[in-house]
Amino acid sequence: MSKKIVQIEGVGQTFDTKSGRFTALRDIHLDILEGECVSLIGHSGCGKSTLLNLIAGLTTPTQGVMLCDGREIAGPGPERAVVFQNHSLLPWLTCFDNVYLAVERVFGAREGKAKLKQRTHDALALVGLAHAETKFPHEISGGMKQRVGIARALSMAPRILLMDEPFGALDALTRANLQDELMKILAATGATVVMVTHDVDEAVLLSDRVVMLTNGPAATIGEILEVRLDRPRERLALAHDRQFAEYRAAIMEFLYQKQLRSAA
Amino acid sequence: MNTIVMASSPTGPDAGAGSGPTGAGRTRSEAPRAGAATGKAAVQAAPAPERTEPITARFETALQAGLRAVLPPVVGMLLLIAVWHLATLGGGGIPSPGQTWQAALVLFADPFYVAGPNDQGIGWNVLASLQRVGIGFGIAALVGIPAGFMLGRFALLAQMLNPVISLLRPVSPLAWLPIGLLVFQRADPAATWTIFICSIWPMILNTAQGVTRVPQDYLNVARVLKLAEWKVFTKILFPAVLPYMLTGIRLSIGTAWLVIVAAEMLTGGVGIGFWVWDEWNNLKVEHIIIAIFVIGIVGLILEQTLMLVARRFNYESR
Repeated sequence: MSKKIVQIEGVGQTFDTKSGRFTALRDIHLDILEGECVSLIGHSGCGKSTLLNLIAGLTTPTQGVMLCDGREIAGPGPERAVVFQNHSLLPWLTCFDNVYLAVERVFGAREGKAKLKQRTHDALALVGLAHAETKFPHEISGGMKQRVGIARALSMAPRILLMDEPFGALDALTRANLQDELMKILAATGATVVMVTHDVDEAVLLSDRVVMLTNGPAATIGEILEVRLDRPRERLALAHDRQFAEYRAAIMEFLYQKQLRSAA
Repeated sequence: MNTIVMASSPTGPDAGAGSGPTGAGRTRSEAPRAGAATGKAAVQAAPAPERTEPITARFETALQAGLRAVLPPVVGMLLLIAVWHLATLGGGGIPSPGQTWQAALVLFADPFYVAGPNDQGIGWNVLASLQRVGIGFGIAALVGIPAGFMLGRFALLAQMLNPVISLLRPVSPLAWLPIGLLVFQRADPAATWTIFICSIWPMILNTAQGVTRVPQDYLNVARVLKLAEWKVFTKILFPAVLPYMLTGIRLSIGTAWLVIVAAEMLTGGVGIGFWVWDEWNNLKVEHIIIAIFVIGIVGLILEQTLMLVARRFNYESR
């Protein structure tokens, strides 16, 4: 059994709003194991991004305990790198400098400039953007920006990679390309990933486990689906794969039959 | 021209359809009409096969585009001068455009003469005004921009100072002139003081607004990276706020240039505002009109320069 990177025990999140107390999440129990890729899926507004933000430490839970490597998560930190939905690159820095900012923060105290630059080069090369280092974010396509975002996250050598609908804003073809590349990168680096998605195919294709959340408010984990498809996974081969179709159907069933209420 | 010859011969299109590629023939037949009509059509005619055609067409297009850009403003200015001329036809004290032009030629022949402390060339007067604006404006930037950052960053401070700023901002800066005279005991720093007062509000308010509008995503990046405060400032806060800051600076330089004329009318000394008043006392009305143009042109240059700077640093438009 692999090591537990993140442990979520009885976590709940309530917000105090103008119209009273609002419970977003309740009774979340989940362990993330080293090297696995876990998707969080559910209808919009079910709190999947809230859960991701909790793991990131951007918000703190109102109930329960969250541990990363056995220590309580008290705030954000570079060991839990986040890939934001809208890439969040700083528009006044080049792609290189955007990544370098992260590298310098994490390794700057221990390593020299040349080594830091090498790390930045490597991270950008990993996502296939070695040629775009000197470009500014506004000069590259949406897919490339998201790749830089992934490079920035990976460059920090995080314990876990948190992705908030990383490909949600991209067109279908670009998304498919990036999914394939992400699978290669994950295979090469053995990174641990938690990814929020609303795309059933994406969830099955990329994940080892798909965590399905019930409808909000007061959402919790409804079912967890283990995806036992061999890696490396081939998009085209899987399109006609019976097992893939079954996994897909299981998620659809959960989302559209058991949790139909909010879809209307 | 080649194209016109082609158009006058009716065999052009038919011959083209018979022998060569039909596309070429059609382009050629349309080219003269297009050239006569609009520049847009001339662009379509440009990729015709013969070399001489596209060059002339492109030249015509560029010429027309240039004319279209230049013509309306020129017509507008001519209209202004025409109205001015008509207004002066019936006599009265206002000098005609011709008289003003003659006076301007004399005036700008020697803009930098000095004949005593209160009689200097228009160049010196403009420079003196610019210097006051520069000093007052510079100090306002040194005080206002950091103050704006503080106001944007600390909500409590904003709550404390916003009512004060709201109260003082609508006050005409000239109302502060006596206070300046009282404190500094001299006219020159008092005029600079009014510039300082009128320049500082837009800088504080725009900078503060910029700080509160820094996208949360960028701040989240800083939080995830656990960047040090100084890095957050230099890498995220300052670049994100810069466009707002420049808007504040642009607004305040405009007001400062408006206010300096009035302030100098009151304080005297050397300066374009005082010069206007002095020429009024001398009843040289054509000089006042020249001064109006000079003030307008200098203000325009100041504003446009800052617009250029702002465009350079505006990451949003990229």
